[in-house]
Amino acid sequence: MNLEEYKGVYIFAQQVDNQISSISFELLGKAKDLAKDLNTEVTAMLLGSGVKALADELAAYGADKVIVVDDPALKDYMTEPYAHAICSIINEYKPEIVLFGATAIGRDLAPRCSARVQTGLTADCTVLEIGDFPLNPIPGKEQKHNQLLMTRPAFGGNTIATIACPDNRPQMATVRPGVMQKIDKIAGAKADVIEFNPGFEKNNCYVEIQDVVKIVNDTVDISQAKILVAGGRGVGSKENFAMLEELAKVLGGEVASSRAAVDSGWTNKEQQVGQTGKTVRPHVYFAIGISGAIQHVSGMEESDIIIAINKDETAPIFDVADYGIVGDLTKIVPLLTEKIKKQKEAK
Amino acid sequence: MKIVVCIKQVPDTAGEVKFKPDGSLDRAAMLTIMNHDDKAGLEAALRLKDQYGAEVTVLTMGLPKAEDVLREALAMGADNAILVTDRVLGGADTWATSSTIAAALRNLDYDLIITGRQAIDGDTAQVGPQISEHLGIPVISYAQNLKVEGDSVIVERQFEDRYHVLKAKMPCLVTALSELNEARYMTPGGIFDAFKKEITVWGRADLKDLDDANIGLAGSPTKIAKASDKVRKGAGTKVSDLGAAEAADYIVNTLAEKFVI
Repeated sequence: MNLEEYKGVYIFAQQVDNQISSISFELLGKAKDLAKDLNTEVTAMLLGSGVKALADELAAYGADKVIVVDDPALKDYMTEPYAHAICSIINEYKPEIVLFGATAIGRDLAPRCSARVQTGLTADCTVLEIGDFPLNPIPGKEQKHNQLLMTRPAFGGNTIATIACPDNRPQMATVRPGVMQKIDKIAGAKADVIEFNPGFEKNNCYVEIQDVVKIVNDTVDISQAKILVAGGRGVGSKENFAMLEELAKVLGGEVASSRAAVDSGWTNKEQQVGQTGKTVRPHVYFAIGISGAIQHVSGMEESDIIIAINKDETAPIFDVADYGIVGDLTKIVPLLTEKIKKQKEAK
Repeated sequence: MKIVVCIKQVPDTAGEVKFKPDGSLDRAAMLTIMNHDDKAGLEAALRLKDQYGAEVTVLTMGLPKAEDVLREALAMGADNAILVTDRVLGGADTWATSSTIAAALRNLDYDLIITGRQAIDGDTAQVGPQISEHLGIPVISYAQNLKVEGDSVIVERQFEDRYHVLKAKMPCLVTALSELNEARYMTPGGIFDAFKKEITVWGRADLKDLDDANIGLAGSPTKIAKASDKVRKGAGTKVSDLGAAEAADYIVNTLAEKFVI
């Protein structure tokens, strides 16, 4: 493998029902940083059926080039045709970096592709940067420059590792949604659009799709909210969650929760923050009646401002909170909502 | 029908996380368990066995002490157990691990391979799909329901806001979510039998079609540049002596100072 042949930062532009997923824009934002450091371009790989028109949207968020694979075989996400398309692009264009979202789709697709093109893959990255490997020179060992350094939490969020892929290309990573920043939309941006079709021939790895069942719910995507009011076991009941709803409403935020609240049936899985839920980094995160188990904290600790309310002053949530209030949430929250409402009306 | 379930012994990160005095993780002091998603995969295999009749083999790669999870699987009702262990396989990333396990699977007859979606220590969810690619068979990940129909499996694959009902011809690989089912307990008779059963142990020499360039630490394309226990940003201000109204005022003032309201 001649590593020098591999150039450019590529992202998998995930779309579902011909709507580009937010993670795709986040990947473009990060790819732009990396491409700048490497003095190269950002290319989005857009796969689907009838998706060509979406290329401009990718350009608006930072794609210099968009490679479109438009084929009926790609209408719904299926592992084999998608892996075939991505690997064909990799073999044809030889990117040095390929990023996927660590979504259900990305975490299925990326490992299959990495095994096929015989390279390493780092899962669920939270930091990506260009640097040297090894980080510090080691006598007698070559130090490679311009490597992708991929940082990820492991061990339930208890450890953090930085990983490189120095001898194989492309360097591949899946990136945790809600962590990278998208750029401000560039109105009217146009990308260089390349149509590419590797041809799709059914083989034993194709599976048959019998049904697509959408789970109807009206909850919003909490990873996009600027303000989150999250509750845990300490909230005590589904009825008490109404207080959190009220607070979220006056602040223009959304309600999130810990796993304990989901397990108690007070909130639904879509609202869960943490290791087995979503990672969020809102401007303000209220942790109300949340003890702060590591599995929860790993999903919210990057929030700009964390405000915790808990009656147990030894709760570990206070170790990560910027502002901790020891007290009775059932008394404090309604008063808080009232006071904010008044303050807003006064303005 | 022959089913192979790949399982992993993992530290119990959901249980008590222990730290050494210097703040680093004390892995040796933590309990080990069978990874949750893998256990759900094993349960799914055992239910297929109950329903249709099947031979269930469990396979793990790890240190010799990983025998414990194989014994547990036998006690739950698995028929055979294989431990792949060898010093040269240590330090493997997901590429080297999946290459090694795929080589072990080539020694076996299988219609269906089940792995857990992901292990709670690494959380990568990569090894299952990578094994399927090495073996050239279809993969269906995130199974929340699994049935067999003739020579095919019908699987509900979970996504964020939907699920797909997929049909794949066997042989194929399915990765299981712990939501798939509630795993059964070991039975006293099962535990007794499990300790009488022989566990097949394979080392490097037993694995065919496996290039030395693809195993262990040296055969791993990803390399650790640095690893550390997470440094958290630390506590801010904590107030504990305010009445409810004062506490609310305190928050309002904070939000105003930060221009949130």
